[in-house]
Amino acid sequence: MADARVIPLHAGTPEPDPAAATPDPAGTPAARPTRTGRATRPAAARPARSAEPARSAEPARSAEPARSAEPARPAEPARSAEPGRSAEAGGTAAAGEAGTADAAPDGGAAPAGGSDRPDWERAVAGALAFLRRRITGDYEVDEFGFDPDLTDHLLAPPFRPLYSRWFRVEASGMANVPDAGGALVVANHSGTIPLDALMTTLALLDHHPAHRHLRALGADLVFRTPVLGAVARKAGNTLACNPDAERLLSSGELVGVWPEGFKGTGKPYADRYKLQRFGRGGFVSAALRTGVPIIPCSIVGAEETYPLIGNARALARLLNVPYFPITPTFPWLGPLGLVPLPSKWLIEFGEPIDTGSLGAAAADDPMLVFNLTDQVRETIQQTLYRLLLQRKSAFR
Amino acid sequence: MPPHVVLVTGVSRNLGSRFAARLAADPSIDRVIGVDTLPPGPELAALLGRTEFVRADIRNPLIGKVIAAAGVDTVVHLSITATPHRAGGRVAMKEMNVIGTMQLLAGCQKAASVRRLVVKSTTAVYGSSSRDPALFTEEMEPKGLPRSGYAKDAVEVEGYVRGFGRRRPDVALTVLRFTNFVGPRIDSPLVRYFGLPVVPTVLGYDPRLQLLHEDDALEVLRLAAVEDLPGTVNVGGSGVLLLSQAIRRAGRVSVPVPGPAVAAVGRLIRRTGLVDYSPEQMRFLNFGRVVDTTRLRKEFGYTPRYTTVEAFDDFIRARQVRPQLEPALVRRAEQAALAVLDRVGGGHG
Repeated sequence: MADARVIPLHAGTPEPDPAAATPDPAGTPAARPTRTGRATRPAAARPARSAEPARSAEPARSAEPARSAEPARPAEPARSAEPGRSAEAGGTAAAGEAGTADAAPDGGAAPAGGSDRPDWERAVAGALAFLRRRITGDYEVDEFGFDPDLTDHLLAPPFRPLYSRWFRVEASGMANVPDAGGALVVANHSGTIPLDALMTTLALLDHHPAHRHLRALGADLVFRTPVLGAVARKAGNTLACNPDAERLLSSGELVGVWPEGFKGTGKPYADRYKLQRFGRGGFVSAALRTGVPIIPCSIVGAEETYPLIGNARALARLLNVPYFPITPTFPWLGPLGLVPLPSKWLIEFGEPIDTGSLGAAAADDPMLVFNLTDQVRETIQQTLYRLLLQRKSAFR
Repeated sequence: MPPHVVLVTGVSRNLGSRFAARLAADPSIDRVIGVDTLPPGPELAALLGRTEFVRADIRNPLIGKVIAAAGVDTVVHLSITATPHRAGGRVAMKEMNVIGTMQLLAGCQKAASVRRLVVKSTTAVYGSSSRDPALFTEEMEPKGLPRSGYAKDAVEVEGYVRGFGRRRPDVALTVLRFTNFVGPRIDSPLVRYFGLPVVPTVLGYDPRLQLLHEDDALEVLRLAAVEDLPGTVNVGGSGVLLLSQAIRRAGRVSVPVPGPAVAAVGRLIRRTGLVDYSPEQMRFLNFGRVVDTTRLRKEFGYTPRYTTVEAFDDFIRARQVRPQLEPALVRRAEQAALAVLDRVGGGHG
């Protein structure tokens, strides 16, 4: 939650000239609903220059008067009586514009979004439709509590600037992730706060040709925590346990797992890019039982976001959390210490490891499970070394 | 093989009397005997038809005599209750649930005529915690055993029923673990909860709900009573609703209550008698609970006619839970906004 508040504040700082930033250094401008949505909207207001890159401040303002003119105000007293919802509804101002860029092409989402409308109008209409769906509860949630409508239109958009501008994530090996069907993405974990899971999810949602939702498996702590737990479920995450993993995989979902767990995120900065023990290999047996490929995923950059130089153990015990991080900025600078350092990120999805040919019975062979776990771990470790050499420095 | 004489416990309650009425309408069943501590109210009594009502407390051995004298071959045990206030306090509720079941089972064990036993249990036996898997299958154990209240009663009842099964292997045993019921006529803590002037929720939590329409519940009970479908089965509609979503669909207004104040608010609601529920069920508002119903559909052979969402919508429609925020109004507001948009947009285009 805390990072969500921090992001918009600093998202623009590394590249103060947004016009220059528009040709994306990551080299994937086509699959960027946010950016394209922004670029076209003000252009529509001045139809002559449709190619002109947008000033990012402008669309926000252009959406604003439309919202305040909107006579949906009878809804207001009800909404303000419910803090949770009013926060959500307030967020739609920003989220709606990005979200509707995805919603617009399929047409069905926006009831009155005719094709003759200019783009910005379609965006506002989409935002209104989203608001209506949220107020009337007219959306679908799967058995795990995953709410795609909320995820695509409200939860994902705030992280996009963090992905593209702050961390300048370069994702590669997308072809190794199947367009459909179950697969298990196994990645290294680091960075005190699991931003790596968020960035991997966003990479697959925005830059994979099939725009796949990654269903990440999270720790018990996440689901125990108020607000965070509820939001995590809505974003498609579930508890890291074999029944859930196997259920998701066998229903053809793309599942993400970070087997190092807190040992990975909570390791000191000095140990960066040294993989910790890969749990007990539970993820391998889940893949074997469901016969889905394992895709090793190597993430470089997360280690430098919050360099962990100390751990206040007593405080951690008191708060009942696995570690209480002390970084060069946290807790010294207070909330400002929650701003991640702008490290340069590389995410690589490696060659899939086939498990289907081994058969479901292989899951009961501990030796095979251990070997496969080691193989995945070793692949990720070697890829990390290679990616580190490729990166000029931690921040460039 | 269809039953001849069916005994139904808890027949004065809503579900019990409707179920007995359904059996009484089946001419292939010779006798339907309904048992409860109190006679049913006039409205429910009218439903019962040819059901013979026996006023008996299943907590005393008299129940065994009723079973033996009537030559009962099928016992449907529905009197397990989740509402302490109605049962006359928590102590009475526990007596009713646990001691009642023990007496009933003792009677059944003695009666050679009994060939089938159907027990209404609850998915509350799985508990509700942050460490739960997303869906419980019948084989899964709860992460933390429910330590008090209704859920603990249900766990104990199931334990005694299993013991009975070992001693009378010739009796076909069906344990039905139901999710929360909703419907136009049923009365349950959850139904009352949605009828509150404002719906209190736990701040920062949004549980997943799985619901079963009352018609589906009655049909599953009927199938279990007239056919041989032994085993433990989860019974719930497919799909889930988030609590926040359910409240929005009902057009109600929710009031998130911060964690530490939840217990106090809960007590207040119970004291005022607005909702009668077993206090340990409050945890349900944190994490909810969803069960896997594959066995119901594949082995038991019944697919609920209503999904969770359909069951809830039917309940809202039929109960006329008055929406504080009309969906039509929201839709109209949206249309009006779009009209404004058209005018504004028209100037440019």
